[in-house]
Amino acid sequence: MSAPRSHLDSLEAEAVHIMREVAAELERPVLLFSGGKDSIVLLRLAEKAFRPAGFPFPVMHIDTGHNFPEVIEFRDRRVAEIGERLIVASVQQSIDSGRVVEETGPRASRNRLQTTTLLDAIAEHRFDAAFGGARRDEERARAKERIFSFRDDFGQWDPRAQRPELWSLYNGRVRRGEHVRVFPISNWTELDVWEYIEREELEIPSIYYAHEREVFARDGMLYAASEFVSLADDEQPFTTSVRYRTVGDMSCTGAVRSGARTLTSVVTEIAATTITERGETRADDRVSEAAMEDRKREGYF
Amino acid sequence: MAELLRFATCGSVDDGKSTLIGRLLYDSKQILADQLQHVEDVSQRRGDGSLDLALLTDGLRAEREQGITIDVAYRAFATARRRFIIADCPGHEQYTRNMVTGSSTADLSIVLIDARNGVVAQSRRHASIASLLRIPHLVVCVNKMDLVDWDESAFDAVVAQFAEVAQRLEIPDVTFIAISARLGDNVVERSERMPWYDGPTLLTHLEEVEIASEQSLAPARFPVQWVIRPQDADHPDYRGYAGRVAGGSLALGDDVVILPSGRSSRVAGIDTLDGDLDRASAPMSVTVLLEDDIDVARGDMIVTGEELPLVTSQLRARICWMAQSPLRVGDRYVIKHTTRSVRAVVDGVEDRLDIETLRSDQSAEELLLNDIGAVSLRLSGPLVVDPYSSNRETGSFILIDESSNDTVAAGMILG
Repeated sequence: MSAPRSHLDSLEAEAVHIMREVAAELERPVLLFSGGKDSIVLLRLAEKAFRPAGFPFPVMHIDTGHNFPEVIEFRDRRVAEIGERLIVASVQQSIDSGRVVEETGPRASRNRLQTTTLLDAIAEHRFDAAFGGARRDEERARAKERIFSFRDDFGQWDPRAQRPELWSLYNGRVRRGEHVRVFPISNWTELDVWEYIEREELEIPSIYYAHEREVFARDGMLYAASEFVSLADDEQPFTTSVRYRTVGDMSCTGAVRSGARTLTSVVTEIAATTITERGETRADDRVSEAAMEDRKREGYF
Repeated sequence: MAELLRFATCGSVDDGKSTLIGRLLYDSKQILADQLQHVEDVSQRRGDGSLDLALLTDGLRAEREQGITIDVAYRAFATARRRFIIADCPGHEQYTRNMVTGSSTADLSIVLIDARNGVVAQSRRHASIASLLRIPHLVVCVNKMDLVDWDESAFDAVVAQFAEVAQRLEIPDVTFIAISARLGDNVVERSERMPWYDGPTLLTHLEEVEIASEQSLAPARFPVQWVIRPQDADHPDYRGYAGRVAGGSLALGDDVVILPSGRSSRVAGIDTLDGDLDRASAPMSVTVLLEDDIDVARGDMIVTGEELPLVTSQLRARICWMAQSPLRVGDRYVIKHTTRSVRAVVDGVEDRLDIETLRSDQSAEELLLNDIGAVSLRLSGPLVVDPYSSNRETGSFILIDESSNDTVAAGMILG
């Protein structure tokens, strides 16, 4: 019994502890689930924390309407399999009701619009805590964010006014209208997530595996040709074998050339990669040096 | 499988701390092409002749603009042997508060000393905080050896100076490493220029240092976080106590006491999603089932019979004060300790420490931002505590200001 525990065991124990603290100390938590690999890990961790009972919170997806159909299919199936309640908050509805205005042009994306939909949903359901799958290794601003990230009643993150986080004593106290974003896998890396998916034999959407897809090149990345993007004159779609490393909107998530059709070969490729996850696949972070920091201040995930 | 080691680094810009972390990440091949491109671009834009590895730990925009570091950053890296989490604590603003925060979860702390300057006030502060927070291992990196011509006597002088500090602070395990973070000597790659140095490189030491088994050898402590009661057809009577083992281990069949009530029972099962266990040890998260149908709730602690913790409504504690307004006698706060929160009144301020020497000033009547001192607290209800010196989990707490909801103090219970 005194055998050293693996880093995945340690990270899992920490994340389960965090989830139980939130369930116990906050009144109305919600788990944000996108169908992506990080939130798939969150779902498993919630099972580890609360089974054989149901989750003491619902699962919520912010649906931009530009998601990969494979991911939406997976989302509905996975949540049904584990028997939990899914809330879908729709960016399309925010557009239809005039809360946000659709961007236009070849680089239009609904990425930024999600923030309004998320904050509206949090207010509507009076959630006071939202679990997210963000990790500190993803981006520079995230490295400085707490596990319990306090948001004011505008949903904003103020990096200079963070609560000190000591030992495993989390302070999730909020006033009415405020909430905390809680990141149980803050200390995980991309490789940890993949190794955990492999160890736990978790199902993931098919687009994470290599598949033939019609894509086009833009800014050195490959994007899916879809009804959600308009191509410039010099952008020619072609078909090749790709997989996705992150799951975001079809309009701003890049694919990676790959022949990895099994989980083991995907993990091998990730372990050997030379580019960060966001650098390789997310157009939303390329806008400026502090793109993520700015979006977080506005209330982004 | 690789184990996890958490370590803290602390220092100001001039110490070469960011360069050291950058060097660790770079030489252990953790830096990917796009991150390196960013460093190259910025180095070039600033007109630096060489690659400034400190840029790899660049943070928020305000920090880049002002050339300072505001807050603790957490970084991850891995080798084939271990997975590491670095709590990277800035030295300028909020020095003590940041270092206490970053150190609270660390198994090891790195103190950087400039070989040209030897032990300075800041080195003593680092050592004091590592000692107060009871970080099991301390590593002193004697940096900038390139600027003292790789001279052994410069290294020896720092070792002698620091050994004195360590002895006074009762720090049991100190390792000294002669390095140049800028050039990479003895960080990941062994230095050819200091043949007289026969110790490990920093990375080798980080990979080999024994991770505290202290916590799992301590008496059993299991603070209950959450009660699992499915109340469905498959589990009509299931009542599981979910929590994380905070010390020692619990085994099937163990006689246990539930505190503060003092009722006793026996461990009837240890559940996880992956099946039942015979034993759970710190820091595992599990669900404990008891033989008797007794009232156990969040905030209770399940412990084994020998070496019981103290059930008390009075505490003496060493605290680090983290708020702008001072702590004074008569002030009221919420105290969060393990999974239990009660109200606390400050009954007395016993002393304030000089953080460089750890000398006690007993004339202190209040504690200011970044002060460390001893206080006595009167509680609205009992807590189940151990001294911090015997258990970092059940011996620590935070104070919360109910009007702002801010965390205003880190506390370590005195025995």
